[in-house]
Amino acid sequence: MALSRLASSSSRSADLLKPLCSAISLRRPISTDTTPITVETSVPFTSHQCDTPSRSVQTNAKELFTFFRDMALMRRMEIAADSLYKAKLIRGFCHLYDGQEAVAVGMEAAITKKDCIITAYRDHCTFVSRGGTLLEVFAELMGRQAGCSRGKGGSMHFYKKDSNFYGGHGIVGAQVPLGCGLAFAQKYSKDEAVTFALYGDGAANQGQLFEALNISALWDLPAILVCENNHYGMGTAEWRAAKSPAYYKRGDYAPGLKVDGMDAFAVKQACTFAKEHALKNGPIRGKSLSLVEAIKLTSSCSVCCAYMQILEMDTYRYHGHSMSDPGSTYRTRDEITGVRQERDPVERIRKLILSHDLATEKELKDIEKEIRKEVDDAIAQAKENPLPESSELFTNVYAKGLGVESFGADRKEVRAILP
Amino acid sequence: MLGIVRQKMLEQSLKKIRPAVSVLRSYSSAAKQMTVREALNSALDEEMSADSKVFLMGEEVGEYQGAYKITKGLLDKYGPERVLDTPITEAGFTGIAVGAAYYGVKPVVEFMTFNFSMQAIDHIINSAAKTNYMSSGRISVPIVFRGPNGAAAGVGAQHSQCYAAWYASCPGLKVLAPYSSEDARGLLKAGIRDPDPVVFLENELLYGESFPVSDEVLDSSFCLPIGKAKIERKGKDVTIAAYSKMVGYALKAAETLEKDGIDAEVINLRSIRPLDRSTINASVRKTNRLVTVEEAFPQHGVGAEICASIVEESFAYLDAPVERIAGADVPMPYAANLERMAVPQVIYHFSLFSYNYQYIYTHICIYMHANTHNFIHL
Repeated sequence: MALSRLASSSSRSADLLKPLCSAISLRRPISTDTTPITVETSVPFTSHQCDTPSRSVQTNAKELFTFFRDMALMRRMEIAADSLYKAKLIRGFCHLYDGQEAVAVGMEAAITKKDCIITAYRDHCTFVSRGGTLLEVFAELMGRQAGCSRGKGGSMHFYKKDSNFYGGHGIVGAQVPLGCGLAFAQKYSKDEAVTFALYGDGAANQGQLFEALNISALWDLPAILVCENNHYGMGTAEWRAAKSPAYYKRGDYAPGLKVDGMDAFAVKQACTFAKEHALKNGPIRGKSLSLVEAIKLTSSCSVCCAYMQILEMDTYRYHGHSMSDPGSTYRTRDEITGVRQERDPVERIRKLILSHDLATEKELKDIEKEIRKEVDDAIAQAKENPLPESSELFTNVYAKGLGVESFGADRKEVRAILP
Repeated sequence: MLGIVRQKMLEQSLKKIRPAVSVLRSYSSAAKQMTVREALNSALDEEMSADSKVFLMGEEVGEYQGAYKITKGLLDKYGPERVLDTPITEAGFTGIAVGAAYYGVKPVVEFMTFNFSMQAIDHIINSAAKTNYMSSGRISVPIVFRGPNGAAAGVGAQHSQCYAAWYASCPGLKVLAPYSSEDARGLLKAGIRDPDPVVFLENELLYGESFPVSDEVLDSSFCLPIGKAKIERKGKDVTIAAYSKMVGYALKAAETLEKDGIDAEVINLRSIRPLDRSTINASVRKTNRLVTVEEAFPQHGVGAEICASIVEESFAYLDAPVERIAGADVPMPYAANLERMAVPQVIYHFSLFSYNYQYIYTHICIYMHANTHNFIHL
């Protein structure tokens, strides 16, 4: 019965999946079927000081297609950014997120735009999941006016305040106290929402993180710290940096959960659980802070080996730390290929869609083709976009400039009144 | 040796001069006296009352009533949700405050002294000052960082540094340094209302000092403009530019200079960033001589910036090189005599007119210990 309904919905979706000719149309051919489907997470959750959520996650065809499309889009976007960087259209730093898409997409599915997200410099995909457009991404990366920060921020400084996305931070670990501050403000304003503060395994050893954690626990802030453990802090493997790489336990009195971050549904389940926990326990002194650790497991490791201290296989980011890092001096290519074959988040969803007969291989390939075109169009548009006006050098130094004078490098020639 | 004798003579004469000094200050109809502490407390109280988004955060600001009693009574009045005692973790709580400001509430963060702000300076500079620019105006940071700055008395090297120059060099910050109670009230209120990050540099030794305040200053809507210096004392022979406690010293010096027929103009900077270059330049164009006074380390200091500004804008008007008086270029010593030598003192005045072919040199009485060439014996 369910299968026939699925079959009919897939034929409906097959119609929707026919490639669209209009170049500017962004209507996505996703199935609108919301019949519940249950999927199991890849591995059970491991917890510290709290209960584990169920391995069974409720989803539906619509969500599956959304996940597939969003992650494929992010993947394509990051790969395109790689090419742009090599073509010297993107300058400076460029930290790519490919491999980690499931965290951004799974988290977004669990929360609303009232909840805040703050992350570090690997922020392109998180920005997109919060509603940012491809044009804003590419234009910002290329330093153009249409960029989300009008070309003045760059790769590490994407913001989208109307969706409660607060960046985009270059200083490792600084975003964690900032995120706890967002949670503070949400509680102060009585907003019934939570903040997810993302950081990496490299930042997990920062002192300010523990300072913020202490205050958040003391003051019962609705803050959820998310360690995106891609096992490498730049070139330093986690076991070389952390005495205790059990990051989900590092909160001590704070509850923790270990999650397979390559599985978007596990991420979604954990974030739903964490948000509920934070809001429920918020006003009461005690366990109000959740520490959620997203760990990407490698294929060769059996399920019980939850921590990746020993292996040097990279699973999370297929790219190096940034575009200046080949990513292969501190880990083997086999490790990278292995993860790509066994645990790729996009592939996982593709297999789920295929196994539930929601679409054919060709239809999924067509979606990917469409995405490729979307990305290419956005890049073309961004390339046409102009650089900021020279006068922009002096704008936004202050929110309220008070009419003071500011100077350029040549103090006689280049002066401006700050608006 | 001789210097010490001279110093003792001056201190005695200063004691006689002091009562006269307050009368000569040019405030509007001085009805009430208010200490700087009371001024700050009342400013915080009124701004918290006017805007429910304003809250206080810092070590001992609540139950202890404030390490220097600036926040006295505010916990009782506004409750623990708006007056928050923090653990001794500057990096953590400053980051939290800045994050809260991103969201749109208005923190006033107290550093017990600005020496401790160095633990949090990454958040002040990278998270607060630069964000409005990096986000192209999407995210403003309406936060105030306040606390005592500079030398106190006998607190040693790690507790005596002045941070005005460091913070004022950073675009995106506004740096204020009040002197009187009027300054304290007006500038703190302006800072809290301002949508940008404000570094508010108080002075511990000024907290207990009383100044006359007019009814206008006492009004809850009173506010001073940011970026405008105040001419505390009009004069025509030499401009003395100072901030914070040194304004008081400059005024004392001006009194004694007057006896020698030198009419000094004293400028109270009030705002270190934005610096009121036009007021300082206009004054120097009138007097043709400039002395800058600060308690801070001399190198790359506020005085250096003012000097550069004058040289850029008003070079032709200078009749003598700019004189820069600052703290000693050493970490602050503890021993009382050494400490006295490490900061500018008002010792005695003399003036020297040295007809050195090209210019007339006026030295005034604010003494800088290492620069003995400032003393030219008649």
